[in-house]
Amino acid sequence: MALDVLIVDDSAAIRKILQRVLAQTEIPLGTILEAGDGIEALERLKANHVGLVLSDINMPNMDGIELLTQIRANAAWKSIPVVMITTEGSQQKVLEAVDLGAAGYVRKPFTADQIKEKLVGLV
Amino acid sequence: MTTEEMQELVETGIRSSVENVCGMMLGCTVEAGETRIIGHPLQESDGVVALIGMAGPWIGTGALTCRPEVARQLAGAFLMSEYEEVNDEVLDAIAELANMVIGNLKTMIEDKVGAMGLSTPTTIFGASFTTKIGGSNTWTLIPFQVCGGELLVQVCILPNEQGRTHARLDIVGHMVTKN
Repeated sequence: MALDVLIVDDSAAIRKILQRVLAQTEIPLGTILEAGDGIEALERLKANHVGLVLSDINMPNMDGIELLTQIRANAAWKSIPVVMITTEGSQQKVLEAVDLGAAGYVRKPFTADQIKEKLVGLV
Repeated sequence: MTTEEMQELVETGIRSSVENVCGMMLGCTVEAGETRIIGHPLQESDGVVALIGMAGPWIGTGALTCRPEVARQLAGAFLMSEYEEVNDEVLDAIAELANMVIGNLKTMIEDKVGAMGLSTPTTIFGASFTTKIGGSNTWTLIPFQVCGGELLVQVCILPNEQGRTHARLDIVGHMVTKN
């Protein structure tokens, strides 16, 4: 069954790169949705059946930590795997994301293989 | 940490970060030039500049600067596309490169001085404009040859004695900006 994926990052460049990486995986992809911040991401989640979220942490309006908090607090979304992809390297943010139930964490810069490895077993 | 120790850390951090980011995300070789310590705060620019603020126990700004044709080459390598002009996608790519380079440097600084915050990048594209970081007169500048063009990486950082949450930045001249 095709999987709808939501990419959340305020950088259009990173969203484009992640789309390309996803297309190289063996994941049966449905629609790839994009959002520029956490608020837009919640709108996409409400309107679609998303099966995987790749999210930045540092974003304007609503950051990735708040987005993850809201996803985990919603009964319809709480089982969606959320992988954080960010330049944020501080241990505090990593632990916060893991405590909130992030399925994984990839630090920028990344290789396509690192992203693919992280997604293996999640979907 | 003394200002001299921070300067050494910044120099090592910039070199390591640019090699890491450009090697992994652009897939091209990186050749670092000699570090220069610039004693005047005014930076005259002509092309693309991406600026990011850092704040915490130390406060400062990181900047990536390059000519328009280099920006197009870097964006092309980053996004596997070709660009004939400096458009929104090119500016966004340079902003993200700055975010990764300065973000990685920030992580190295955090290991020594404690938690630091990073602003979202501001990208400037134009001709004959001048940037000035308030309150500082020392930049660490390293030129890199990346994807056949020159990329300048500059950082100015000082102890945050007044507990400010962002660095002051003045930009004068003709420009197009994108946040």
